[in-house]
Amino acid sequence: MSSKEKTSSNPAEETIPTPLTNLKIQFTKIFINNEWHNSVSGKKFPVINPATEEKICDVEEGDKEDVDKAVKAAREAFQLGSPWRTMDASERGRLLNKLADLMERDRLLLATMESLNGGKIFAHAYLMDLGLSVNAIRYNASWADKIQGRTIPIDGKFFSYTRHEPIGVCGQILPWNFPLVALVLKMAPALCCGNTVVVKPAEQTPLTALYLASLVKEAGFPPGVVNIVPGYGPTAGAAISSHMDVDKVSFTGSTEVGLLIKQAAGKSNLKRVTLELGGKSPCIVFADADLDNAVEFAHQGVFFHQGQCCIAASRLFVEESIYNEFVRKSIERAKKYTLGNPLKPEVHQGPQIDKEQYTKILDLIESGKKEGAKLECGGDPWGDKGYFIQPTVFSNVTDDMRIAKEEIFGPVQQIMKFKTIDEVIKRANNTHYGLAAGVFTKDLDKALTVSSALQAGTVWVNCYGGPSPQVPFGGFKMSGNGREMGEYGLHEYIEVKTVTVKISEKNS
Amino acid sequence: MLRAAALLGPRLGRRCLSLAASATVPTPNEHPEIFYNKIFINNEWHDAISQKTFPTINPSTGDVICQVAEGDKADVDKAVKAAREAFRHGSPWRKMDASERGKLLNRLADLIERDRAYLATLETLDNGKPYSISYLVDLDMVVKCIRYYAGWADKYHGKTIPMDGDYFSYTRHEPVGVCAQIIPWNFPLLMQAWKLGPALATGNVVVMKVAEQTPLTALYVANLIKEAGFPPGVVNIIPGYGPTAGAALASHMDVDKVAFTGSTEVGSLIQVAAGSSNLKKVTLELGGKSPNIILSDANMDLAVEQAHFALFFNQGQCCCAGSRTYVQEDIYSEFVERSVARAKARVVGNPFDSRTEQGPQVDKEQYKKILGYISSGKDEGAKLLCGGGPAADRGYFIQPTIFGDVQDNMTIAREEIFGPVMQIMKFKTVEEVVERANDSRYGLAAAIFTKDLDKANYLSQVLQAGTVWINCYDVFGAQCPFGGYKMSGNGRELGEYGLQAYTEVKTVTIKVPQKNS
Repeated sequence: MSSKEKTSSNPAEETIPTPLTNLKIQFTKIFINNEWHNSVSGKKFPVINPATEEKICDVEEGDKEDVDKAVKAAREAFQLGSPWRTMDASERGRLLNKLADLMERDRLLLATMESLNGGKIFAHAYLMDLGLSVNAIRYNASWADKIQGRTIPIDGKFFSYTRHEPIGVCGQILPWNFPLVALVLKMAPALCCGNTVVVKPAEQTPLTALYLASLVKEAGFPPGVVNIVPGYGPTAGAAISSHMDVDKVSFTGSTEVGLLIKQAAGKSNLKRVTLELGGKSPCIVFADADLDNAVEFAHQGVFFHQGQCCIAASRLFVEESIYNEFVRKSIERAKKYTLGNPLKPEVHQGPQIDKEQYTKILDLIESGKKEGAKLECGGDPWGDKGYFIQPTVFSNVTDDMRIAKEEIFGPVQQIMKFKTIDEVIKRANNTHYGLAAGVFTKDLDKALTVSSALQAGTVWVNCYGGPSPQVPFGGFKMSGNGREMGEYGLHEYIEVKTVTVKISEKNS
Repeated sequence: MLRAAALLGPRLGRRCLSLAASATVPTPNEHPEIFYNKIFINNEWHDAISQKTFPTINPSTGDVICQVAEGDKADVDKAVKAAREAFRHGSPWRKMDASERGKLLNRLADLIERDRAYLATLETLDNGKPYSISYLVDLDMVVKCIRYYAGWADKYHGKTIPMDGDYFSYTRHEPVGVCAQIIPWNFPLLMQAWKLGPALATGNVVVMKVAEQTPLTALYVANLIKEAGFPPGVVNIIPGYGPTAGAALASHMDVDKVAFTGSTEVGSLIQVAAGSSNLKKVTLELGGKSPNIILSDANMDLAVEQAHFALFFNQGQCCCAGSRTYVQEDIYSEFVERSVARAKARVVGNPFDSRTEQGPQVDKEQYKKILGYISSGKDEGAKLLCGGGPAADRGYFIQPTIFGDVQDNMTIAREEIFGPVMQIMKFKTVEEVVERANDSRYGLAAAIFTKDLDKANYLSQVLQAGTVWINCYDVFGAQCPFGGYKMSGNGRELGEYGLQAYTEVKTVTIKVPQKNS
């Protein structure tokens, strides 16, 4: 989601505390109606620390029956006349702000948990993930009583207005790379618009979502408004996306699963679908760019969070005349890494999330070598336990190689060469993805031409990856449908109702 | 779909209509010349690659009007290629000022107005709707819709955004790209305008599949698009069938968006096709079983006439037809009696006759399906109060039909009939009727007849429907969004909201050395 080191205006000045050493996992069950439930099947699944491959705890494994239970609770909470439906919009905003307060109170605990469970560098978890999560909740909290319908000057003796109504029960299926941020980016707009939610966190990283559930209850949200069902995609996730009583599904994850979800919606009840999916985002560096700035952002753009970002700048196009120097500096930068336990302050890179990802990334690295890319550094696993991979840089990459076409989702940088602006635009757009892009140049014309021409939901100019709750995010083409964040993100959680009233006489 | 019709007066009785018609509607030529019957790609006319044609039928007689080129996958590929080329970077269409796109749309509206009588005639011939309605209602709304979107072309603003940190952020509302648009046969010209207006105003290119029952007016408009000066490839129109040409569009890997108006069953297939191909954006305007709630304090004359109109307008072939009429207990008998009298007075016949209120159903398939629903109503115990059979020896005419004592679980109370068949149900309390009205997989439209402000506000808020009419029905304006809750669709058409479906939002974020508010 982000490769930027900061989210608030002066985060570097914030002091980062030491992670908790006595972290106790209190919440491991299914959260429905503000209560904790065992799975109907009695099954549980283990949650693993990817830095050590050791089990952290077991969590209740939700499946179709549990989803049914959660949807029923969410539907009940959405009934006409319910406390949630009769609540003032401003009160929804107050509850969301209260939730943000509680997250801030427990920020250290949540950051520690996110780092332990997700293999995320603790400083990033504390500053970036928690910073953005809290900001995003507050941002949406203040929208709650500002989602305005319109009155419309319809022709004839009629008076017309729109109401922006909540859609209803929203299924929300989360990824493992930014467990808390992804949850907040879905839950906050849904709740501020007055929906109820059934959330399925990723099976790799359910812990912070369950902790947040306890804060939802503490903040005072009515029972059934937020329900969280940990479990697997093909079982609990599929049950949500094909459920006949879920009005909307929002999913963040791979394009392959996104396709399944859209099909499931079409085969069931035509629920609304928003998708934030994969990418193979181009980052274009022109010869006139500030070279050090470009090297650093391009590096962060792909290596941030072990490369596990949907927006990862995984196709780096560098203009011919600065190519060699750029590659040299990029290698230098990649070699500066310290790998290890992400809770330790001196560590820059943690483990990949799980064995499956780890194996997939190593396979793609092999393909890069075989297909003739030049391996400049890294290329191998690191350490004797945990899913660590060395920061890897490939140069002389050509567009037809697998590493230039497929989403790697790991610490592997591909550097390509280009000559002209027309050529690089064409190559950059030649992909079924369209999530993000970066442009580095000091030239105003180039910046505007390229940012207009690139098929991407987000284009960064002379920077890469800074997310902000105010700014919409989402994909062109097969990188997704719809937008999250900003005012645009609210569109995904409302139904527009037009009311037209007969009047006896029109007066302007 | 009734803006102009509603302007005709408080009652859309045949007297008003014929007066209005004789006053302002030019006499139709019942045998208009057909100029265009081929596939329109790149501003040129093409035969189908397969060389196949299909007949389009006059539903008043069952006779063939003419043969039309039958587009299929290969023709869709050709059209998509032309559209993609027209959307290429640096193309005349991509480099055109937004205001110029608006100018072209206004010119198209002018040309449609110039040929209004001819288009209305052709619409009636191919679709069967009364000519005075084609002329006064359909064509009026078509022209207004295109002009409305012409005005948006240079006014659909992106935003600059006060992002945290030393950055400057703005959004561009860019066209989505190649948009497939699959349109129905009940309002052929109007549905074409609803789809073309927002797509072209925002700079997209279009491949449109028109319904096989009613291809003629859309093809005539294709020629006006060329005459207006739109660059080749911007609009491409393919007559053909859903399972062939329609499916090819919905599952095409180089189509960026598909908009469909039609049945919920086909809407589901289209969503699945998008999910099985390239995740193209989908907007759907689908079926309905819209409740029309008459409270006992309503103005009875108004409610009877509007409820009649809500269901019988356009031969009952409206997605938003008021096909579940809920009447409060104490006025039920009177309402039923007067509704039956009104339906019996409805004039069915030759749609070119200015006295005609109701023409034929669009084709034999629909005709048989509707008669099947009427049988099911009788079998399941609803009380047939009038009509119930064919209304002529030839053509697809059906008598205006009313069922009383209809129960919510009957097939005629649950499924979309799309014909001149009215279901009247009884209710006691507001709470009860809300529950019954919302107990449907559909959520397209609803109406309330009452003089009571509290009841009007309460009901309009709790009904699950994209449009709620109060003391009126079928009132459409290009300014007002239209679309469905639940399985009646995804997204909205018309109004400013309709533009969202045709734009991708691009966020551009630029590093700045220092922020200044």
